[in-house]
Amino acid sequence: MTTILARFQLDYGDFKLDVDLKLPGSGITVLFGHSGSGKTTLLRCIAGLQRAPQGFLAINGHVWQDSECDLFLPTHKRPLGYVFQEANLFPHLTVRGNLHYGLKRAKQNPGTVKLEQTLELLGIGHLMERMPEHLSGGERQRVAIARALALNPEILLMDEPLASLDFKRKQEILPFLSRLHQQLDIPVLYVTHSQQEVAQLADTLVILEDGQALASGPLSETQSRLDVPLAQDREAATVWQATVAEHEADYHLTRVAFAGGSLSLPAVDAPVGTPLRVQIYARDVSIALEAPTATSILNVLPATITGIADGRDSQSVIRFQVGDQALLAHITRKSALLLDLQIGMAVYVQIKGTSILN
Amino acid sequence: MLTPADLGALFLTFKVASIATLLMLLFGTPLAWWLARTRSAWKGVINAVVALPLVLPPTVLGFYLLVLMGPAGAIGKLTIWLGLGTLPFTFPGLVVASVLYSLPFVVQPLQTAFATIGEHPLEAAATLRASPLDSFFSVVVPLAKPGFLTAAILGFAHTVGEFGVVLMVGGNIPDKTRVVSVQIYNHVEALEYTEAHWLAGCLLLFSFSVLLVLYTVLKTHPVAHPLK
Repeated sequence: MTTILARFQLDYGDFKLDVDLKLPGSGITVLFGHSGSGKTTLLRCIAGLQRAPQGFLAINGHVWQDSECDLFLPTHKRPLGYVFQEANLFPHLTVRGNLHYGLKRAKQNPGTVKLEQTLELLGIGHLMERMPEHLSGGERQRVAIARALALNPEILLMDEPLASLDFKRKQEILPFLSRLHQQLDIPVLYVTHSQQEVAQLADTLVILEDGQALASGPLSETQSRLDVPLAQDREAATVWQATVAEHEADYHLTRVAFAGGSLSLPAVDAPVGTPLRVQIYARDVSIALEAPTATSILNVLPATITGIADGRDSQSVIRFQVGDQALLAHITRKSALLLDLQIGMAVYVQIKGTSILN
Repeated sequence: MLTPADLGALFLTFKVASIATLLMLLFGTPLAWWLARTRSAWKGVINAVVALPLVLPPTVLGFYLLVLMGPAGAIGKLTIWLGLGTLPFTFPGLVVASVLYSLPFVVQPLQTAFATIGEHPLEAAATLRASPLDSFFSVVVPLAKPGFLTAAILGFAHTVGEFGVVLMVGGNIPDKTRVVSVQIYNHVEALEYTEAHWLAGCLLLFSFSVLLVLYTVLKTHPVAHPLK
């Protein structure tokens, strides 16, 4: 049974958390929201660092909290890994000491092989004898991630691990997280308020606001939900997960396949079969009622309209189904009226630009 | 030079101070831990009680201890019932009085050290499978080491320097309760200024060395601690 069931209710007077989530037991689930939305509180409740008076939590079949029968596993008995916003390394221990602190307390000792892999993955092998105060912010955060992974946890919880880092350090760590994503077979719950991190990392997206979950589901589906403010955002986009299918060296292009179709992208330096994330901004998508025969745009895909909503100012937000993927377009309201767009209509979407995230 | 009686007083002083310091660390640590972390309404009251010896004249504390530990007092009745007799004018009585009198000098540096550590290292330890007791010894104690050192040194030094409480509770019994400060008093009363000089000089040197260590090596401000 690979699911995460998390139901919490707590009331601090000026802040209430009330969520009832069913999340997949694998991949990265991003808990997204602005500060004060309750995303960190939710993560702390899952870790047991905070105790919601009303709560039920089961991770892949193991119940960690059930307030009905007064069950509450204290944090140190939960087989989890936790990465804090500030790395929170022990200042009195070396990097090695920090890594071994949890390792020697964890029940199933995963052995050194696993630790060595983690060190290599995170590129911190040469820092083992340093004290935390002599590490850069990015290095500190990588050690913190390794320290959590060294436990061989059943779930990894990450609370805005990049938020305290500057842009350069973020760019240093994001690739590590993407690689983790491909190599890790445990579920990851990742808290952030950054849309960039959502796009780069999320498989599943949970949007939180005022202590409640507005939406929850697979990334492109949740990103494109019209009842969620994200879809109206100037930077609104959908992310498709695709794989490299074919290189067209003559044109300096690469074809990538996604569930239900394919896209042409500027040449990608990766072997056939490599998974990719392709981000498509809603402002880069336009609509044609018939298959355009003469157009310079390469990526024209048949699509079905699944939703129409008013956007900002003169805009309409249109949602489509393209193969198995959801897609958003921002077009002018005038165009939407002139084309007489209706839900259920079969149209063609023209994608002017894409960006590859990893 | 120091007379055999002076040496006896010095030895007794360091014995009282050592035992009292150990006991203060033993009882003061959990107390300081609780005070540093509790949100209980009792925190203020307990803080005030622990700090009382800082402002009370030692004679007041000594007087109440004498009454409480005497045959009619609550503690006295308990010790008699336990077959221990009464505590005033005995070595154990002196230790009990010293512990109460110097406790703020141990509790307050510890409390400050614990509060400075904060919640974060403990949360990290919990997510790394350390039970609360485990994380206390593996994280809090190493991080609070300067606090423990300051507490031990201050507690010891302050016990060495007490006079009023000792005189009230311990009296002036050679080799049992006559500590250095009392012995100096005796010398002065008897106009033995040379002997008084020797002992007073010893205490002056000791106290100065202790404060020098605190200010230069540990870089703490012992006087600021108790008043914080």
